[in-house]
Amino acid sequence: MTAILHSLSRIWAVFMKEAVQMRRDRLTFAIMFGIPIIQLILFGYAINLNPKHLPAALLVEEQTPIVRTLVQSLRTSDYYDFVMQTDDPRQTGDLLARGEVSFVITIPAGFTRKFVRGETPQILIEADASDPAAASGAVGFAQTILTDALRHDLKGPLAGLVSQGPPFELVVHQMYNPEAMTSYNIVPGLLGVILTMTMVMITGMAMTRETEQGTLENLLAMPLKPHEVMLGKILPYVAVGAAQTLVILIAAQLLFEVPFVGNPWILLLGASIFVLANLALGFTFSTIARSQLQAMQLTFFFFLPSMLLSGFMFPFRGMPEWAQTIGQIFPLTHFLRIVRGVMLKDTSLAQLQPPLLALCIFTAAAVTVALLRYRRTLD
Amino acid sequence: MAGHHAIDVHGLVKRFGQRTAVAGVDIQMPRGEVWGFLGPNGSGKTTTIRMICGLLKVTEGSGTCLGYDIQKDAEKIRVLTGYMTQKFSFWSDMTIRENLEFVARLYRLPRMRRTVDETIEKLGLTNRQHQLSGALSGGWKQRLALAAVTMHNPELLLLDEPTAGVDPQARRDFWDEIHHLSLAGMTVLVSTHYMDEAERCDRIVYIASGHKIVEGTVPDVISSSGLVTFRGEGPGVRRLADVLKGEPGVEHAAYFGSALHVSGTDGTAIRNALDRHPALDVTWNQVLPSLEDAFIALSAEAGKDTRVHA
Repeated sequence: MTAILHSLSRIWAVFMKEAVQMRRDRLTFAIMFGIPIIQLILFGYAINLNPKHLPAALLVEEQTPIVRTLVQSLRTSDYYDFVMQTDDPRQTGDLLARGEVSFVITIPAGFTRKFVRGETPQILIEADASDPAAASGAVGFAQTILTDALRHDLKGPLAGLVSQGPPFELVVHQMYNPEAMTSYNIVPGLLGVILTMTMVMITGMAMTRETEQGTLENLLAMPLKPHEVMLGKILPYVAVGAAQTLVILIAAQLLFEVPFVGNPWILLLGASIFVLANLALGFTFSTIARSQLQAMQLTFFFFLPSMLLSGFMFPFRGMPEWAQTIGQIFPLTHFLRIVRGVMLKDTSLAQLQPPLLALCIFTAAAVTVALLRYRRTLD
Repeated sequence: MAGHHAIDVHGLVKRFGQRTAVAGVDIQMPRGEVWGFLGPNGSGKTTTIRMICGLLKVTEGSGTCLGYDIQKDAEKIRVLTGYMTQKFSFWSDMTIRENLEFVARLYRLPRMRRTVDETIEKLGLTNRQHQLSGALSGGWKQRLALAAVTMHNPELLLLDEPTAGVDPQARRDFWDEIHHLSLAGMTVLVSTHYMDEAERCDRIVYIASGHKIVEGTVPDVISSSGLVTFRGEGPGVRRLADVLKGEPGVEHAAYFGSALHVSGTDGTAIRNALDRHPALDVTWNQVLPSLEDAFIALSAEAGKDTRVHA
């Protein structure tokens, strides 16, 4: 009996010691509560496995009552948010390539004439199938929406056309990924995810390791400027990042047969900036964290929403507006546009300007914060 | 180069939140000398050294190190000083050679390879140069660190308890090296707890509770304590310390091996105290107070002062 009591009091002693140490480590404590809350919010609200309100463009080459009926029905549906309606094909030209819209729906000239004659005219949907999940649902619904619209609104002899089955043919072009292969979307994305995880973590350790090993004082006593320490610690990993990129790209080709239709130099440029952005962020973390464990936690804290809100796991355009806004913060979001664009869509450098610029801004901000936070003294 | 002082600081104060670690220390140390920096644990030695070489911001006070302002020109001071930390702070996961090469590159030493070779040879570590520095024993780590912080030929060497926990032979070797460096023109400020090391210095600075208590040569410090010390020897001495401590005039009674040192500032009062506790098997002789006696007396004095001020 007394043996049990003694044992209990020793357990209690260890329990109290852990409780004290846990309370001391505020950052860990905050992250322990922060991560579940973020997960709840992201999975509960932001992530939409059946995405609606995807950005789309309408190319309508004639204006007749029937066409207006179709346009109206598309506009009132939940599935598309039309950012543009035009009758000029030049305007819709590279919207898909730039990733501004997920669909371009074209109602061609002569639609009404063929329709009235009962010749089964065509409606064209070009879908950005680089993310098959986002594309497939909305394409399926187009057929229903359009058929329903005609069924409700057509009167007299025209109504008869509808009753014999769909009076038009919906032509779907799954652009960039005609077979709707999920791996085409996932594998290039994985490149970004892997780089994020490894690059942020590795430099997250950069300063905290010096602190924990007791070598920081020595380093600070040497005539080194903050940017010299930062660059010296970051640059070796640029090479590591480049090697990782190469390995993943080769694996993408050999194992998953993911096409690479674009210019590799553009991808190289994008990947370099992306790697720098992550390394700079990791270095910033290492100036904030007081231990390597904290640096790891910060990395994970950053990694989780990066993965969920960047469009890696779930269609970016399918998320609510606020989640998309937050998603813009993460370098991964922009890199995904670059890597998927280059590999699957042959996107040009000019078309990739916005994500490249975003990565540069992020890098500059991370570097600035890191240099401001860098401690030159032991205070 | 401005001024003939290597270190010239006035009224240095360092506070960490509510706690005052250093409470107004002045040091004017001429170039070319070897000074000992002494004081009990937590007296502010490390903090003072860190302020001098720009590793800590100064709360109050000002000064120069090698003619450069310690607050504004920390970068320049870092180039010209070598600072050896209390704890081994070179990279344990790098070899001896790699550590030295890092330092040589950082300070852009000419003929890097040869300089590193020579340093390793001088250390006598040629056969072990590819071992991880973490695998070295305490004494060797200290010698490696000293070699590393002096490779760039600094004008001023700041050594923070370099021989703590090192065996006597290694300590002696270490001090021989310090004297070699001094002969080569380096100014050396070394903090220590060892009295024999203090006696190897040109001058010593003694601080306690963040205040400078005394500064001078070893005889200066001993005489400034104003102590009279009697040494008692014999079998009966074991019983006497506790009794004598309570007597008027006896400020300290401490054993040195089997002998008892009884000290106080008033010689007559001590004599009277000893007479009140005669012991046949104990013989008393007046001796020169040791540096340690002087320090214990000075620390106690300082402790009283701070208590009065508090």
